[in-house]
Amino acid sequence: MDRAPGLPELPPLFARWFASRGWQPRGHQLAMLSAAQAGEDVLLTAPTGGGKTLGGFLPSLIELAGVVQDAGRERPHRLHTLYVSPLKALSQDVARNLMVPVEEMGLKLRIETRTGDTPQSKRARQRAAPPDILLTTPEQLALFVAQENGAAFFADLKAVIVDEVHALAPQKRGDLLALGLAAISHYAPQARRIGLSATVKDVEGHARWLSRDPASEALTTRIVRGAAGAEPEVSILTPEARIPWAGHMGQHAMEGVYALLKTARTALVFVNTRSQAEFAFQRLWRINDDNLAIALHHGSLSVEQRRKVEGAMAAGKLRAVVCTSTLDLGIDWGDVDLVVQLGAPKGTSRLIQRLGRANHRLDEVSRAVLVPANRFEHLECLSARDAVAEHALDGEPLKSGALDVLAQHVMGRACGDPFEADALYAEIRRAAPYAELPRETFDRVLEFVATGGYALGSYDRFRRIVKGRDGLWRARNRSVAQRHRLNIGTIVESPMLDVRVVSARSGAKSLRAAGPRLGQLEEWFADQLSVGDTFLFAGQVLRFEGTSQTDLFVSRAGGEDPKVPSWQGGKFPLSTYLAARVRKLVSEPEQWHKLPDQVREWLEMQQLRSRLPQTDRLLVETFPRAGKHYLVCYPFEGRLAHATLGVLLTRRLERLGLKPLGYVANEYALSVWALEDMGPVDFAALFSPDLMGDDLDAWLNESVLMQRTFRHCALISGLIERRHPGLEKTGRQVSFSADLIYNVLREHEPDHILMQAAWADAATGLLDIRRLSDRLAAIEGRIDAVALERVSPLAVPVMLEIGREPVYGEAHEAILEAASESLIEEAVRP
Amino acid sequence: MSGQMLQAAAPIVQHIEVNGVPVLADVSGVAFVESASALIVADLHLEKGSAFAARGVMLPPYDTRATLARLADAMVRLQPRTVIALGDSFHDQTAEARMHGEDEAFLKDLVDCVERWVWIAGNHDPAPSPRYGGEVADEMALDGLTLRHEPREGASPGEVAGHLHPCARVRRSGRSVRRRAFVSDGTRVILPAFGAYTGGLNVCDAAFAACFARTPDVWMLGRERVYRVPGKSVLGD
Repeated sequence: MDRAPGLPELPPLFARWFASRGWQPRGHQLAMLSAAQAGEDVLLTAPTGGGKTLGGFLPSLIELAGVVQDAGRERPHRLHTLYVSPLKALSQDVARNLMVPVEEMGLKLRIETRTGDTPQSKRARQRAAPPDILLTTPEQLALFVAQENGAAFFADLKAVIVDEVHALAPQKRGDLLALGLAAISHYAPQARRIGLSATVKDVEGHARWLSRDPASEALTTRIVRGAAGAEPEVSILTPEARIPWAGHMGQHAMEGVYALLKTARTALVFVNTRSQAEFAFQRLWRINDDNLAIALHHGSLSVEQRRKVEGAMAAGKLRAVVCTSTLDLGIDWGDVDLVVQLGAPKGTSRLIQRLGRANHRLDEVSRAVLVPANRFEHLECLSARDAVAEHALDGEPLKSGALDVLAQHVMGRACGDPFEADALYAEIRRAAPYAELPRETFDRVLEFVATGGYALGSYDRFRRIVKGRDGLWRARNRSVAQRHRLNIGTIVESPMLDVRVVSARSGAKSLRAAGPRLGQLEEWFADQLSVGDTFLFAGQVLRFEGTSQTDLFVSRAGGEDPKVPSWQGGKFPLSTYLAARVRKLVSEPEQWHKLPDQVREWLEMQQLRSRLPQTDRLLVETFPRAGKHYLVCYPFEGRLAHATLGVLLTRRLERLGLKPLGYVANEYALSVWALEDMGPVDFAALFSPDLMGDDLDAWLNESVLMQRTFRHCALISGLIERRHPGLEKTGRQVSFSADLIYNVLREHEPDHILMQAAWADAATGLLDIRRLSDRLAAIEGRIDAVALERVSPLAVPVMLEIGREPVYGEAHEAILEAASESLIEEAVRP
Repeated sequence: MSGQMLQAAAPIVQHIEVNGVPVLADVSGVAFVESASALIVADLHLEKGSAFAARGVMLPPYDTRATLARLADAMVRLQPRTVIALGDSFHDQTAEARMHGEDEAFLKDLVDCVERWVWIAGNHDPAPSPRYGGEVADEMALDGLTLRHEPREGASPGEVAGHLHPCARVRRSGRSVRRRAFVSDGTRVILPAFGAYTGGLNVCDAAFAACFARTPDVWMLGRERVYRVPGKSVLGD
């Protein structure tokens, strides 16, 4: 019994139900009850398995039990509790779990889900006669807001539960949800908010994010912390074989992983990318002498395939699932007693979340094994393990709300009940990410929604939303509103093709009559395939047969070794926090006794041959190799920031006349090579923070990554549409026209609000500019330059990436040149 | 992630022999017939942006001036005496009502600064307005070439046409590039669309097969120059 004094008691019906299960209500569950009675917003943080979901719903169930008792059968249908989670599957899972206490206590409640898959007829019924509890997603909530009569629908709402707050709040989806919640509070100011979250670093920030009054000086959200679970047992797999210098697949460790799987009831094998998942799945089956039931789960597989795996796991039929972040979040799949993290974890909070997938019960120790794929990852795994032991968390910082999302929301509000601009501005500032939004920016966004917001002002007569004589803004007509509703959401998928199976060598004609859909692949991956190429997907070796507008056709190929080894997707950057710990570990030889011999000797060799990178300085090595000159530096800031640095350095080296030829980046280091020796360069000047000035602007303007960032903003803001009734735009069409728009806009109105939105995204997104500039500022004037005669031990991993990574982004002209050359080949061939 | 630097390429002038007449394929996407001092530009699609705005898609209203600025730039470099706009110069028949005053003046200046300006009629603009100056024609003969908007099916030696908005895609070392392109088999040529918002149709599409007896080569527009690529090296989408 962990009840603290002063906490409320359960009503008899609920107390009896807890007792019938042999449970006592937990302290945090009663604290949730107390917060509800006070009408306060509340954030519950607790590790997985702590009865968090029940804690969130308990006050609602108790209230509803009272309503049912008082009103009897013919009570009017009113929405009492709204539950929002990031995953459709999670909503369905929670709805199922909620039915257990409801049925066992004999409560006559209507509990329903509403997702993108819910049929139109059911949606209409839900609007006319709402259930008591509705479980849904942020996108569906945005749809509610963009429909008329919100006031009537939400009038009696008492509670909004946001599950997995930490997964939503730092994202654009979180911005959209915060705006939707502010709109609901406008209709139902009495509705209290309940946030459920894994343990996060910035608890107060998340609590404020949840608050109905985020701008108030004192935090108005009550924070309830669940009891900590048993400490996880985390170990690192050190194979006897040689630990590779580079690579991310962990091939050397597969025997070891397989041996671990044999000791577990059910294991989850987490990897960071889908290609790693495919690879690990295939390798494990190759050595699966005991015929363990090992399955595969990642976001590119078809929904049916994923549901099959989830079902088999819940039924206890699987011994292991190789999976990506698709299984990170809180769905209770089954009796997992081992978590394997294959490849470095990249961040401690993610690792802790993944560890929580084992033993969904608080009192049992969860067992986890980290499997580094190379030497650097060994350092990262060790740092992560220590951080877990210290309960040191990281995680994405909360940031101010994105303007493209705001534009989508303003349009949505105009499609729902008409609004007055001043009132909407006040409402939006009650969404935490927009609490500081200046009025001038709001007005620009409103103008953007109405006419595109161009300085030229020539679209006044083509308004999408209009202000009536009554001073209220509304969508111009029904068709504009309907089109907006089709385009709601902030998840912009990269252009994808459906993978469909045809029989081998059936020829292009029968491609149309293709068979089952295996899942989806990025279009750019298809771009690099030639007919006959083989690759791994859905656990099979497939042969590429061709594409159509929306499909990628494959046949099943024999053999085990695919020709095209992998594709990217879902690479997480190394977290700033973990990067700092790795840097510290490398710089402190007294810590190295924790490392396996091979890794320690590698660092000792570095100490002997060159220098160790220091935490507050930047190590830069130069050396000649095979007729070229190399510069290798170690910022430890992640692949994205390093790639951006690579571009900027090569521009500057070019101007210095050193004839740079290329660069390659990994998570820890950057290597640049040139025709001239870079040793005599003034490195303090080369790495000075003004690197982020004009060169960055000039490069970004023509960068493919910037175009992609802009495309996302254009889609989310509604400047261009993903879906148009009866005309589904394929990714390729969208991406082509967005580039044209970007080029015209940057030339003629570079200060346009959408360009600002794209710049803000570039700072934190694909280019990680903010992180790079922070680091450059931190090491300004503190460069350790070492001129070497040959490559240093620490430089080997990044040097091994050369030639392995595809040429990135900006080399389009070189590709044209090469294609053009083939004409000459043809001409001179005998 | 990695990147490769480019060696700056010397400007390379690319001529396409069209039925014996050398036609310069300019990097901007216009064609230039030196013997007649004639610049040919296809599918300007002026006011395409505002056409979308009228339907509630608020594309930046700068496509007309962006298109005209690029055309002016090509005219300054090539110094033509005659300019032929090869049809679909205006995105639709109400384009002129939507055009900004500054853009309209810009266009009139361009028309005025050459000896002769010809609007070939297109399917989007069967009767271009006379208000900008220049003459209007369905098609036109020029030094053994026939200039018309829509390419004819079957053999059509000497034809210079637009309408199809050709684009080509090539792939090298695992990455592909898609660019606007001239398409020619040596007997005729199809010009890329010039307008800032004009998309492209892949040259592997059946519409092109109807015009060429053998697989035509493509001249792809790069940043600094045009790249000739053999027809067998281009890919469908």
